Amino acid sequence: MITVGVDSGNKNTKAVVLKDGKVIGKSLILTGFDANESATKAYELALKDAGVTAADVAAVASTGVGRVEVKFAKDNVTEVGSAARGAKFLMPNVNTVIDLGAEEGRAIKLNPDGKIADFAVNEKCAAGAGSFVESMSRALQTTVEEMGPLSMKYSKEVPMNAQCVVFAESEVVSLIHQQTAKEDIARAVHDGISNRVSSMVRRVGMVDDLGLIGGPARNIGLVQSLKDDLAKDITVPEDPDYVSALGAAIYATEIA
Amino acid sequence: MIANYGYKDGSGEFYISIDTDKCTTCSEKGCLESCPGQIFEMMVDDWDDEVAAVKASERNKIKMTCAACKPTTGRPELLPCQAACKPRGITHSW
Amino acid sequence: MSENQQKEYWRWKEYNWKNPEIPDWKGGLVTAGVDVGSTSSQAVICVDGQLYAYASMRTGSDSPSSALNAINWAMEGTGLTLQDINFTVGTGYGRVNVPFANKAVTEIACHARGANFMYGPSVRTLLDMGGQDCKAIHCDDKGKVTSFLMNDKCAAGTGRGMEVFANLLAVSIEDVGDMSFNVETEPDPVSSTCVVFAKTEATGLLRAGWSKEKVLAAYCSAMASRVVSLLERNGMELDFAITGGIAKNPGVVKRIEKLLGVQALTPKYDTQIAGALGGALFAKALVEKSAKVAK
Ligand code: SF4
Ligand code: SF4
Repeated sequence: MITVGVDSGNKNTKAVVLKDGKVIGKSLILTGFDANESATKAYELALKDAGVTAADVAAVASTGVGRVEVKFAKDNVTEVGSAARGAKFLMPNVNTVIDLGAEEGRAIKLNPDGKIADFAVNEKCAAGAGSFVESMSRALQTTVEEMGPLSMKYSKEVPMNAQCVVFAESEVVSLIHQQTAKEDIARAVHDGISNRVSSMVRRVGMVDDLGLIGGPARNIGLVQSLKDDLAKDITVPEDPDYVSALGAAIYATEIA
Repeated sequence: MIANYGYKDGSGEFYISIDTDKCTTCSEKGCLESCPGQIFEMMVDDWDDEVAAVKASERNKIKMTCAACKPTTGRPELLPCQAACKPRGITHSW
Repeated sequence: MSENQQKEYWRWKEYNWKNPEIPDWKGGLVTAGVDVGSTSSQAVICVDGQLYAYASMRTGSDSPSSALNAINWAMEGTGLTLQDINFTVGTGYGRVNVPFANKAVTEIACHARGANFMYGPSVRTLLDMGGQDCKAIHCDDKGKVTSFLMNDKCAAGTGRGMEVFANLLAVSIEDVGDMSFNVETEPDPVSSTCVVFAKTEATGLLRAGWSKEKVLAAYCSAMASRVVSLLERNGMELDFAITGGIAKNPGVVKRIEKLLGVQALTPKYDTQIAGALGGALFAKALVEKSAKVAK
């Protein structure tokens, strides 16, 4: 059976084609003005990548902030539902899932059978989401991709007090003026956001093992800060940005 | 005086209110020791009374610091700081 | 850096003032209050508890020199020197860094005291919106604080959030208020509180054909409703007054008044000096208190 999951995010739209428990195609594009249009495009690209046609697909399920706008989906599943399914599929040992997006973050505690036990969400404040790192990279005049490697080379802990993207931007600028090393600032940025993220994990009650999914999970600096903050190892799957789309594709098999 | 420490941001309102008139009658100052996040301190206010306050360095982080005391399920009726405050001078907005 | 040029859009005016009704300070009790805020600093000089002179300017890179610049400018043309001031209270964010201050008092206490003088003893609720924070204060008829609430964590609902918006739309901060009334119908408030997300939202609205004026109206009204919720948490009682930089932005002030269904008092003086004025009055009270003790 072939199913497709579409994750309509704030920043990116992702699609995953699943065939009998195997990912055979995927795509990621920027979310445009019209969520449905972006979803359609991502869907078509993923089908092409998998080498199948829409006629072969048994069911499509959507997830993400724009999930109800994806008109061609048979059903939609919440971000928590898709993250839990996708994470458990890729990392069977994981019982606490941290899902970071561009504009929100969530921590999900799973029962051993993979069912959701509890979750906490952090949304509507950019300081607790992936876009925080993006804004700070701009203030540092570098790219998001560079933030991770920079941060891994830090040598000194510098405090960052601002808990708001806007105020943190000014703080980064003044740290630069004080000749603080970029590496140390990058680390401080990651420490700041992981502090906010780990508090969600504490609210749901952390159970081993931990997994991190979502685009920002590609940032090794952020992963390292989170590991240090929680004093735990954290598993990151190979393609962290596609996990929720995969979870939606798994959900689609349940409704096909 | 009711002192509200905390903030409102995009994700909600997070305030710890301290009724400082109660602090002046309190001999135990239970808040100081009871808080695992150590967010309280005693200070002399502008009218020369010794009252409890949330440390300046902690005020903008209370949502995170208090997270461990406020699990999504099974939150106790009184938080550790509230239980330790004998005159019942501490309330949380969330 | 281009950043510096952009900043000109939202630069507040700097000025000083001297009370023409007090010809000379000699022989009087001269006290001062210096409010070093994160974006602007004010110095107020009182003679026998009456407002004598003040100055307001943008805060520089460090608090001590900003405080000194402000007081020097307030003293300009008065013949006063620092030695002539009997007692100085430092207040505001940089209050402990005012080198010539005799005591530091929190901005909350100073604001209440200053507002009590500016608006008279009937004022109970104060809203102070500065460059990087927002405060709600409830006080008694003597200007003593009965409850307060602060917010300096989040840029939304502070002057800074407004600056980000003015910058985005390339309009001068002083024009925001008037422009925001230049709409046919009042739009719904911007739905995101967060400045970052509100910016994204605004960009989308502009792309959808909204005028700058309409976007500003939507943002001012979002800011107003946010502030009202803070006022209500802290306790809202008449009379009500608004101080701080935002008091100069009718776009926010009028919308707050509409939401609350009340009118804010209009001040006789520039509201931005409330904190420094309160400091100068606190200074007078402290001098008198120690004189009593000495006797
Ligand atoms: S809830 Fe816990 S962490 Fe928060 S103030 Fe009370 S005791 Fe401290
Ligand atoms: S604190 Fe800053 S990042 Fe968070 S909601 Fe407020 S403006 Fe946005």
